[in-house]
Amino acid sequence: MSGHESTYEPKTGFEKWLDTRLPLPRLVHDSFVDFPTPKNLNYWYTFGGILSIFLVIQIVTGIVLAMHYTADVDHAFASVERIMRDVPYGWLLRYVHANGASFFFLAVYVHMFRGLYYGSYKAPREVLWILGCIIFLLMVATAFLGYMLPWGQMSLHGANVIVNLFGAIPLVGEGIKTWLLGGPSIGNATLQRFFSLHYLLPFVIAGVVILHVWALHVPGNNNPTGVEVKDTRKDTVPFHPYYTVKDGFAIVVFLLIFAAFVFYMPNVLGHADNYVEADPLVTPAHIVPEWYLLPFYAILRAITFDIGPIDAKLLGVIAMFAAIAVLFVVPWLDTSRVKSMRYRPVARQFFFGFVAACLLLGWVGASNPDDPIIPLGSDKLVVEYSDENGLAAARTFEVYDEAAAFRDGLGEEAGASMAVQKAPAFTFLHLGQILTLYYFAYFLVILPLLGLRERPDEEPDSIHKSVLAREPSAGTPIAQPAE
Amino acid sequence: MTDTPVTDAHDDIDEDRRNFIHIVTGMAAAGGVAVIAWPLIDQMNPAADTKAASSLDVDISKVPEGGEIRVLIGGQPFFIRHRTQAEIASARNANTQSLRDPQTDEERLVPTPDGAYNPAILVTSGVCTHLGCVPVGPAQGNVGDYGGWYCACHGSHYDTSGRIRKGPAPSNLPVPDYRYVSDTVINISL
Ligand code: HEM
Ligand code: FES
Repeated sequence: MSGHESTYEPKTGFEKWLDTRLPLPRLVHDSFVDFPTPKNLNYWYTFGGILSIFLVIQIVTGIVLAMHYTADVDHAFASVERIMRDVPYGWLLRYVHANGASFFFLAVYVHMFRGLYYGSYKAPREVLWILGCIIFLLMVATAFLGYMLPWGQMSLHGANVIVNLFGAIPLVGEGIKTWLLGGPSIGNATLQRFFSLHYLLPFVIAGVVILHVWALHVPGNNNPTGVEVKDTRKDTVPFHPYYTVKDGFAIVVFLLIFAAFVFYMPNVLGHADNYVEADPLVTPAHIVPEWYLLPFYAILRAITFDIGPIDAKLLGVIAMFAAIAVLFVVPWLDTSRVKSMRYRPVARQFFFGFVAACLLLGWVGASNPDDPIIPLGSDKLVVEYSDENGLAAARTFEVYDEAAAFRDGLGEEAGASMAVQKAPAFTFLHLGQILTLYYFAYFLVILPLLGLRERPDEEPDSIHKSVLAREPSAGTPIAQPAE
Repeated sequence: MTDTPVTDAHDDIDEDRRNFIHIVTGMAAAGGVAVIAWPLIDQMNPAADTKAASSLDVDISKVPEGGEIRVLIGGQPFFIRHRTQAEIASARNANTQSLRDPQTDEERLVPTPDGAYNPAILVTSGVCTHLGCVPVGPAQGNVGDYGGWYCACHGSHYDTSGRIRKGPAPSNLPVPDYRYVSDTVINISL
């Protein structure tokens, strides 16, 4: 925490010389060695360290991939295949980079849910939280740009769907779209600028991460009780070795799972369509974004109705961006004084509901909106024809043979055609709409009202006391750890 | 020197003039930033060669009857279809009033140099008006329920005039800006 006194002591002559010129070793010592950290942090708190490692992994593998990659519509796909087949260890670097993006998002989602559960966004950590939201937004942009680079079918047509959304903005939409693409549609100009920005943004992320850690080290870590540190001596332990080791262990476990994907199932998180070179004349049957963007895609597609002068397409775009924007203002939406959901039994239920809603939105995003989840009846066959007076008529059948016999029995002049009439059903669209409603209600209704009305459990007096209460024997030490 | 009070020097400062200079300097700097920013922003707009490549001459005599060819202009697909007599008839006979986007077949054609219409050739955009997929047509073996095109993404059916007949698409396949250069060559531009 700021205000804690520096314990750095330069030992060698060089360290003393440097300390009066650029006290970088002192900054590192005070930030990551003797930094007082609440002693009750659990494994949910290790994802910050995991995220830092993944940013480094993405930057390092990205820079070496860029040595072999060609940002040109005629060569991009082939250059990625060359990386996979001919470049020494190219397959490894690319699989690490592609799966690394997935694991980066997995970690960031855990990290964000952690923050929402323990109330880490509340005073005095609002700026810390907002910087985190900015990092997330930049990650989404970076991954979206990166997914274009292999120039597969999903790269092209997925990006097309998203870029076309800008066209929904009234008046300026088409202009913005052309400006983003550098031409009438996605082409070479687009690929080149996407590559340039995909290279740039991770370094912007790295810069914001530095601010994020700075904003963390001013108030210090939150912790699972949400109770602030009261007595540094009793409530905290130095970051090193306690949390370097705990974080290190979590990082190793997470990397093991990551390695399982990289080496044994490197393509399960991707789409087979992206191994087909981009072709603007052929659209893949199912266009879906990468899994980590599915919930937002589901929110986009949940809006199928116009409200006043705003049409459904624009509303969908607004809802999708609002889903991220609302995160920025959570610190002011949650009215409860109690930080941690540990002591908010009612809010906790809604929180778990929120996590479930996000996961289900992912499922909805991956599915065809019109597919039934719960069918309410069975599909029927409709034969449309013109009757003897030349008026349009239709008859409905349950069985194919009867419908076919009826159709064939009509004369040539009836111009009969047969089509399937879908039975009414509870579809993915309906589920998506309910979940979208809950997503926004959680932030805009539940958090603001609940904080005023609920009766929270009693919080512990201090971090120290809460640790003692959980381990009764800790009060009377039986065995001392060996020094 | 020492007997001149320091404060005296400050009494001469005309705050208004100072503020004025601050504001003018700030405005000049902002103007400079804007002037430098504009080229950085505008460079992302379509380049001259990209714009120049935004029209194409197509030889329509090569399109087989009952078939179509697909061309890309600036990366955007267009369909050029050579319709059979039956297809032309069905396009003309449709009751346009009941359509979602009412247009007669004639309204979707452009005159040849001599002012007549060539109903055999239909030129449309190849982008589904729903969410931008490229529909399939005669060459892919599926023309939908109305004989024109079928968009497999969400099931939009277009008729032999490229008009939306069934499915989620809100409007007809747009007819691009094109003209007959001669009886057998058309020029399509974006
Ligand atoms: C925030 C960090 C980053 C994320 C989340 C990210 C994400 C991605 C994604 C999702 C892809 C597509 C992978 C595929 O399916 O093939 C990709 C490709 C690529 N990225 Fe990154 N990236 C990051 C950093 C970087 C950096 C710093 C560079 C340096 C130039 C870079 C260079 C590339 C290249 C050359 C490709 C194309 C090769 C390929 O497809 O594997 N990336 N990136
Ligand atoms: S894009 Fe053609 S039906 Fe949806």
